[in-house]
Amino acid sequence: MAITLSDDHAIPSQPLSPRLTTPQVWGIVLIAPYLLVFLAFVVYPVCYGLWLARAPSNYVALYNDPIFARAAVNTLIFLVIGINIKMLIALFLSGFFAQQRTWIKWLSVIFILPWAVPSIPTILSVRFMLNPEWGMVNHLIFNLTGDDGPNWLNDPTVALTMAIGVHIWKSLPFWTLILMTGRLAIAQDLFEAAEVDGASWWQKFRYITWPSLQTLYITCSLLSMIWTLGDFNSVYLLTGGGPADLTHVLSTLGIRYLRLDQLSLAMASIVCAIPFVLPLMYFMMKRLSR
Amino acid sequence: MKLPTLREVATETRLLLIGIPVFLWTMIPIYHMFLFAISPKEDAFSGKLWPDHPTLHNFEIVFKQQHYFLRDFYVQFWNSLVIAAAVGVLTLFIATAAAFSISRLRVPGGRIVMNLALFTYFIPAAFLAVPMYRTMGNYGLLNNHWALILAMVTIASPYAIWVLKQASDKLPVELDEAAVMDGATTLQIFRLVYLPLMMPSLVAIGTYAVLLAWNEYLYAFLLLSNDREITLPVALGNFLAADDSPWELLMTTGFIYALPPAAIYYAFRRYMVGGLTAGAVKS
Repeated sequence: MAITLSDDHAIPSQPLSPRLTTPQVWGIVLIAPYLLVFLAFVVYPVCYGLWLARAPSNYVALYNDPIFARAAVNTLIFLVIGINIKMLIALFLSGFFAQQRTWIKWLSVIFILPWAVPSIPTILSVRFMLNPEWGMVNHLIFNLTGDDGPNWLNDPTVALTMAIGVHIWKSLPFWTLILMTGRLAIAQDLFEAAEVDGASWWQKFRYITWPSLQTLYITCSLLSMIWTLGDFNSVYLLTGGGPADLTHVLSTLGIRYLRLDQLSLAMASIVCAIPFVLPLMYFMMKRLSR
Repeated sequence: MKLPTLREVATETRLLLIGIPVFLWTMIPIYHMFLFAISPKEDAFSGKLWPDHPTLHNFEIVFKQQHYFLRDFYVQFWNSLVIAAAVGVLTLFIATAAAFSISRLRVPGGRIVMNLALFTYFIPAAFLAVPMYRTMGNYGLLNNHWALILAMVTIASPYAIWVLKQASDKLPVELDEAAVMDGATTLQIFRLVYLPLMMPSLVAIGTYAVLLAWNEYLYAFLLLSNDREITLPVALGNFLAADDSPWELLMTTGFIYALPPAAIYYAFRRYMVGGLTAGAVKS
């Protein structure tokens, strides 16, 4: 044993009570700080929030608010279309980055940048690029075609697409990295054997890569959906929910109500999402606690 | 020298056809930010790909705080720094203690606590922000750095505990048993056996918590509002309040703000990738 302990001659620990040994008492002491944080900043806010959202009139108000319906639809588009596109690209790029080339190694170091830098300056940078009068994108369009480019963020569909694009830009490196780690864990001799048998790249993917990767891929998709529900920055910093509050998602809408001092509406809009999120959260918890 | 075969050339070309778009996609927003930082205002707004007169004047304005939006730059930078450091230290303390308790001491109910923490980890951050804002108000902490520190510790600890628990489950039980045989107390095991062996994971988690706090925008902007209390990201968001925002200064400040996390990330990349992705891949 390489570890030597200090020379104190500690007396073998005496049980403090008939039921708890000294290590167990220490166990309780050491877990207490987290429990305190959990009670004060998770249990209390959640219960208080649910209590605030209890009145049925809140839900009637939400039902009558067209912005809420629009935000719910936008959230669905963001999750169902945005996340699936992102994960498919991540799956594809993970294969690209798993190639053993020096320049690809270097590219992967650069590729991680969006994940490593804070989102505020980069999203604002994209926002200015899309500025209809001064932005670089429309300058390029003008120089190439002689026409004025579109007013990107003034059309709700385009603006939401751009917000999804910004989200993908920011989080694609992380998921690519995870899927790449998963790919590298697959035994290489399987591919060598397939190569000898003359398998095409699609057959190798279909019969070797995908079966080993699908659990990870689905887990990542679900996890990404949960996190994307809480992604406030991509929409708020790019479009601010505009034009005319048409690009809100649930996370920015809750904050919008909060800023308008309609706390119970804010909570109610979140409560509406709970039936969809809770099963996902439970599934993920079970998955990770094994 | 062997000439590459046609097949090799084709493969390489295909890889380049993927690699070049990936490079451009990644770099354009970052390059655009950098371009603004080194451009005088006229050049920045003219959509040029490289300024006619590159300059460091914007950095000078920021460092001398010579603009209305920048008058508290150093205070705000300091706020970001202190809050990130405090979140790192507190998260490490709370998470290491909890992971040791759950994994090594097998505290009764430890599994339940782990599940509760994991459950918290999956609450979308923007959803928790709404009641958290009100809670901090009830505790009388609004506009106080502690509000942001405690909120970020709450968000960082579940994942920290989970990663540390995974790592400490891998340490052999015999280590603890041998130490107990030698007469070590629980605290001595923690300090002299557990902490040294956990160092790589602790570095990863400390970095994770510091970066999380440094990068946080939503909670910072909800919980802090006074100009001398806010962190840098909130100050950056406040630039947008004016119609004629000085975007070249905004991007310069943003560039300065983005440098430390990028540097930390690359310095600890070895630990980050190993420590943080291992858990995800396992599931």
